[in-house]
Amino acid sequence: MRLSGKATTLLVLMAVIAVAPVFFPSSYYYRVGSLIFVNGLAVTGLVILIGYAGQISLGHAGFAGIGAYACALAPVHLGLHPALAAVLGAALSALIAFLVGRPILRLKGYYLAVASLGFGILVSMVLSNEAWLTGGPDGMAVEEMGLRAALKAIGIDLSNTQFWYAFSGLVLVIGAWLALNLHHSPTGRALRALHGSEVAARTVGVDVARYKLVAFVVSAVYASASGSLLALQNKFITPDVAGFMHSIEMVTMAVLGGAGSVLGAILGAAILTTLPQVLTVFQEYEQLMLGLVMMLVMIFMREGLLPSLARLVRGRGE
Amino acid sequence: MSLLQIEGLGIDFGGLRAVNDVSFSLKPGEIVSVIGPNGAGKTTLFNMISGVYAPARGRVLLDGEDVTRMPPHLLARRGLSRTFQNLQIFQSMTVLENAVAGHHLHERGPVLADLFALPASRRRSRESEAGARALLERVGLGRAASQEAGSLSYGALKRLEIARALALKPRVLLLDEPAAGCNAVETEEIDHLIAAVAAEGVSILLVEHDMKMVMRISNHIVVLDHGEKIAEGEPAAISRDPRVIEAYLGAQATEATHADG
Repeated sequence: MRLSGKATTLLVLMAVIAVAPVFFPSSYYYRVGSLIFVNGLAVTGLVILIGYAGQISLGHAGFAGIGAYACALAPVHLGLHPALAAVLGAALSALIAFLVGRPILRLKGYYLAVASLGFGILVSMVLSNEAWLTGGPDGMAVEEMGLRAALKAIGIDLSNTQFWYAFSGLVLVIGAWLALNLHHSPTGRALRALHGSEVAARTVGVDVARYKLVAFVVSAVYASASGSLLALQNKFITPDVAGFMHSIEMVTMAVLGGAGSVLGAILGAAILTTLPQVLTVFQEYEQLMLGLVMMLVMIFMREGLLPSLARLVRGRGE
Repeated sequence: MSLLQIEGLGIDFGGLRAVNDVSFSLKPGEIVSVIGPNGAGKTTLFNMISGVYAPARGRVLLDGEDVTRMPPHLLARRGLSRTFQNLQIFQSMTVLENAVAGHHLHERGPVLADLFALPASRRRSRESEAGARALLERVGLGRAASQEAGSLSYGALKRLEIARALALKPRVLLLDEPAAGCNAVETEEIDHLIAAVAAEGVSILLVEHDMKMVMRISNHIVVLDHGEKIAEGEPAAISRDPRVIEAYLGAQATEATHADG
């Protein structure tokens, strides 16, 4: 039986997540892995926004910030369980994305990039300045989710890094599954149609402004979930999560790997998450490196790494 | 009663009167062609009727309802569909997906159902895919279904646009130069296709430069020149109208002679 693209992607993703630990020289790599999954989740959301719908956001870290600080604040102030706090953050992100996106997406052109840029900067400023609530630039502690303890009680004893590797991996697989479902669904077709030709999409009945908004809201929920996941596993959060550089990082990951492909975007997240960990040069000059990566991709492989490689392989096969 | 009625439609670009005071109507199942020299305002007229441009003057009535300046996606819901002179294909999608996308109004549903691939969402996709395959067969692209749309020839893409427009099950279909770039055999196929669609009761408004085709299949012809309607009537009458011959057919006859020579 020939596997569909969706099944192949999910199988590859699950196999890599399951098998990779065999090659880990130390438990530190579980930590790198779970960071990859956290970024991969946000970038999968950008695949829906950039890859499917062809819209650009330069402020998605703002939603990650909302998701992260929801997990930090809601348990303390509202007495919510951290997992429920993540759901609250996602709902809040969806609402804000709706309110920001609705007036903007009625306009043609690149207004979303500019508006989201402003929104991202606003969130990171609020998180830095309202120190009475957020702890300001020093950040704040995040409560334990408690799932690892519950697993231990039923006999599954994982180290902290192992647990977060497995849990983030699971969330990423679910996120990828949803994004792939969307790709092959009526909504996904409407998004890809308006990406291909807005005027033609309109004439087949697609309410273009509405579907762009759908993509923006869904991708904001992904970013929020990614922020929550980061806060819960670090048990500490700073306003950097909502910073402009983080937004740029996300877009670069998506574009490097291939914004049109879920697996490609996750690959992009893996590369740009791993590089600063193994190359200190990359860490020191991160902004420079991100700019360089973005330019090289735009010049040499507009579709991104994975789709370009796939094309190369197919081309040889014929 | 007419299904589509155009009353005194006009638009200006800067100081230029691109289209002015154009009126005509279409009955169900009728094929009406709009002809005229390049720059006469044919595509502009199409863009106003299909909601892409907002006309400055006049009205468009669809089945008696005033739909002037209504956005294209709402016109689509009312059964008005079109193709484009300069192709507007969803390039990154397959041929089949392009035709499936044409079923948007029939297959759209709650976003959450699509995200979770609920049975209802999958059923909607399956139905529109079946419809799309039938339409691709109808326009002769059945074998190309799984190809990337970008890999098709110009003539094939023209037919793909027709299939996509038909997916709406339109009551009124606007075809902007469907035979452009097609060879004689393909043109004849499109010719038959248009006649067959009209026979099902769909009103067709056609812009086409292939005069043989226009004369053969039109019930009625509207002639534009410099944005104004200069003549209207049955093909036989139009081909004899001296103003039309001067403005358009004559010019083309001269061109044809040059081309032959």
